[in-house]
Amino acid sequence: MNRKLLSLPFIFWSAMFVIVPLCMVFYYGLTDKSGAFTFDNILAIATVEHSKALWEALKLSVISTVICLLLAYPLAMILCNMNVNQNSFLVLIFILPMWMNFLLRTLAWQTLLEKTGVINSILSALHLPSLNIINTPYAIVLGMVYNFLPFMVLPLYNVLVKIDKNVINAAYDLGANGAQTFFRIIFPLSLPGMFSGITMVFVPALTTFVISKILGGSKILLIGNVIEQEFTQTGNWNLGSGLSIVLMLFIIFNMVISVITDKEGEANTL
Amino acid sequence: MIKTTAQKIYLGLIFIFLYAPIITLIVLSFNASKTRAKWGGFTTKWYAALFRNEQIMQALWNTLTLAILSALIATLIGTIACIAMQSMKRTSRAVLMGITNIPMLNAEIVTGISLMLLFLSFGIKFGFGTILLAHITFNIPYVILSVMPRMKQLNPSTYEAALDLGSSHTYAFFKVVFPDILPGILSGFLMAFTMSLDDFIITHFTKGPGVDTLSTKIYTEVKKGIKPEMYALSTIIFVTVLILLLLVNYTPKGKKKK
Amino acid sequence: MKNALVNLVNISKSFDNQMVLDDLNLYIRENEFLTLLGPSGCGKTTTLRILGGFETPDKGQVIFEGRDITNLPPNKRNLNTVFQKYALFPHMTIAENIAFGLKISGKSKSYINDKIKYALKLVNLDGFENRMPDSLSGGQQQRIAIARAIVNEPKLLLLDEPLGALDLKLRQDMQYELIRLKNELGITFIYVTHDQEEALTMSDTIVVMNQGYIQQIGTPESIYNEPENAFVADFIGDSNIIGATMIRDRLVEILGARFDCVDTGFGENKPVDVVIRPEDVELVAPEEGILQGTLIHSIFKGVHYEMEVMANGFEWLVQSTKMVPVGTKVGIKVDPFNIQIMKKPESEDEEAIGVNE
Repeated sequence: MNRKLLSLPFIFWSAMFVIVPLCMVFYYGLTDKSGAFTFDNILAIATVEHSKALWEALKLSVISTVICLLLAYPLAMILCNMNVNQNSFLVLIFILPMWMNFLLRTLAWQTLLEKTGVINSILSALHLPSLNIINTPYAIVLGMVYNFLPFMVLPLYNVLVKIDKNVINAAYDLGANGAQTFFRIIFPLSLPGMFSGITMVFVPALTTFVISKILGGSKILLIGNVIEQEFTQTGNWNLGSGLSIVLMLFIIFNMVISVITDKEGEANTL
Repeated sequence: MIKTTAQKIYLGLIFIFLYAPIITLIVLSFNASKTRAKWGGFTTKWYAALFRNEQIMQALWNTLTLAILSALIATLIGTIACIAMQSMKRTSRAVLMGITNIPMLNAEIVTGISLMLLFLSFGIKFGFGTILLAHITFNIPYVILSVMPRMKQLNPSTYEAALDLGSSHTYAFFKVVFPDILPGILSGFLMAFTMSLDDFIITHFTKGPGVDTLSTKIYTEVKKGIKPEMYALSTIIFVTVLILLLLVNYTPKGKKKK
Repeated sequence: MKNALVNLVNISKSFDNQMVLDDLNLYIRENEFLTLLGPSGCGKTTTLRILGGFETPDKGQVIFEGRDITNLPPNKRNLNTVFQKYALFPHMTIAENIAFGLKISGKSKSYINDKIKYALKLVNLDGFENRMPDSLSGGQQQRIAIARAIVNEPKLLLLDEPLGALDLKLRQDMQYELIRLKNELGITFIYVTHDQEEALTMSDTIVVMNQGYIQQIGTPESIYNEPENAFVADFIGDSNIIGATMIRDRLVEILGARFDCVDTGFGENKPVDVVIRPEDVELVAPEEGILQGTLIHSIFKGVHYEMEVMANGFEWLVQSTKMVPVGTKVGIKVDPFNIQIMKKPESEDEEAIGVNE
């Protein structure tokens, strides 16, 4: 019996449901309704409406990724330094919210942030000025950070926890103080996890249409919303595919960076 | 001392940030008033209403059957693919692992629309079947990525020792190799199951009219106004997951003590 | 104590209510090669970590060159550590690894370059500057770890089982290398190991530890030839440890037979333990021996035969270069100088401290 034959179902499945569909995106993206070859669908990104949506999505996803990184790094460090028994439980607590339905969690933020929502009720009870960020880019960034923060914490935690304690001790032993040890040893060694986390936050943030819809009202259109509308409402698959190809360029760029920086794949956890 | 206090405050703040919406949902599930903004007194009527709401119950049923079926099929395909890949040459294995990574690294919206285009062009009727095909597709990589590391850790000599002691290939596989990779298979299954439960985006593009999962049901309700029964359901799901995780986390310790 | 470089005074340390070190006192002279030897969990590594500054003792003081450094962080101590698994910085080249401490202390570029060259030459790895740590073998990484520590010219070098992960041949080579380095550099070495052979080969002074207590301090010769209790005798080399009775000074009764010995001061008719090394047991014709027995086991070990003789209900371990066939009746004789008398532990507590591993 040839064991290699066992891979046939997988190969068939991947060809049928991964490779062929991707080729179809390219086919539709590079043709018009009559099936003739054209670059129009891709060049459509240059129109004011589309380029604004792309720019907005890029801006918000970069901001969210940076905030996630700034929040997650100290968190991952603290979790690593806690003793081992506490560890699993604490890590669990920080991952648990991911098991709550993604839409419901985002919806809950809507309830919290509304003009007459929970946060504003508390603020007004304390005679503080109200917080009006619902239906603004701020709310979208908040939703992105909230939903994707665990994707940044996990890979960071995984690389940090693997750093040999003696390597850190060796740095102290050779005279380095806390800051020097961090910048010369811990930080460079955590780079693979950081890049993996950046990819895992940036891609879903850039392409989301749900968070912007729930927390941004209908005023703010991100590139994800535009593509979604082309497929489910307008029905212009060619344009939708063309814009998706543009989006994929950013994803591929991001992937290349993460592959280069994470050769051994040690930070991939999910 | 100051440092640890600061650390605790930081952990606390992140904790509040993560749990504020969840606590909001739980509180709302007991809110007698139908509008989200007002507290109308304590009630459990939404829990009763939940079980009478056929639409939600149907969506829940769809979600669970989809998750179980897609996770099972993905586990089967993924596991035998891992066994095959183990006996492959380096380059062909690398190619297959590269393909495995595509759905993981690609944006969900692109995976969703690409599958939608596929079903459209081949004239496949959108419904439960198309969602199932889509879920199996994005679940296979999770299985492979959790079985493969186990496979690599396998000591090939144990398999050879079993053959040396006179067992057949099949017997040796099920008695020696399989128990070793079983934890990987189980965690792959569980991961696939949760990914399927939680998915919205890919389901959104591959579902047909009339068929809903919990996620797509919630999404349609967002526009019309969400029903409080949903809060009750999410509270039940959260508590169930919490209990399961606590059980999983605390049973191995008990075993060790014995 | 006059020229003590380091003084550990009344050090106690416990983890999770488990006493690891109990009131430990130890001084280390300048330019000494001192080895902390003992089974795992005996407190030797904790002692080293307290010296390095990675643990703070619950009680007691660490005095270094006359200064109390008990609460000084590791980066402020004028000593360096060579870690068990080398702990090289994996993202830096060999040169960057070695330069780390020098850069931190702000040395000039040319000074650092000279030092890197010198250190690599010293550990016989010239030309390795631009290699990465993971491309080196275990032995090479170990030597880089030593080079990285010594370029800082510490007064004291702490080595935590540095040869533990190497294979036998390499370990022996590295032992000689370490002795050479120590002599060339004139640095004080504190070395932690559970390998008694390693300790005997390299040390000026051996400190045998068990369960947080020092069992014996001495030169390798005195530790081997005159173990002070059954634990030390058992831990260092093979030995016959037998319960016996001290009849009077210079006469001991072992297994019902009386042997002359050289020890005095144990009292009369007092129970004692005796240690006789296997190479000190002489096999003679039955009528010439003090004890008579039968050879029950013999294995050829290259240099000698390792044999077991059953005599008066005890299996005597014997090493001899002469072959004796199994089953032969033999006599046992021991030179009085080779019988080492030890006080018997008085209480069960003491027994636990002494013998349990």
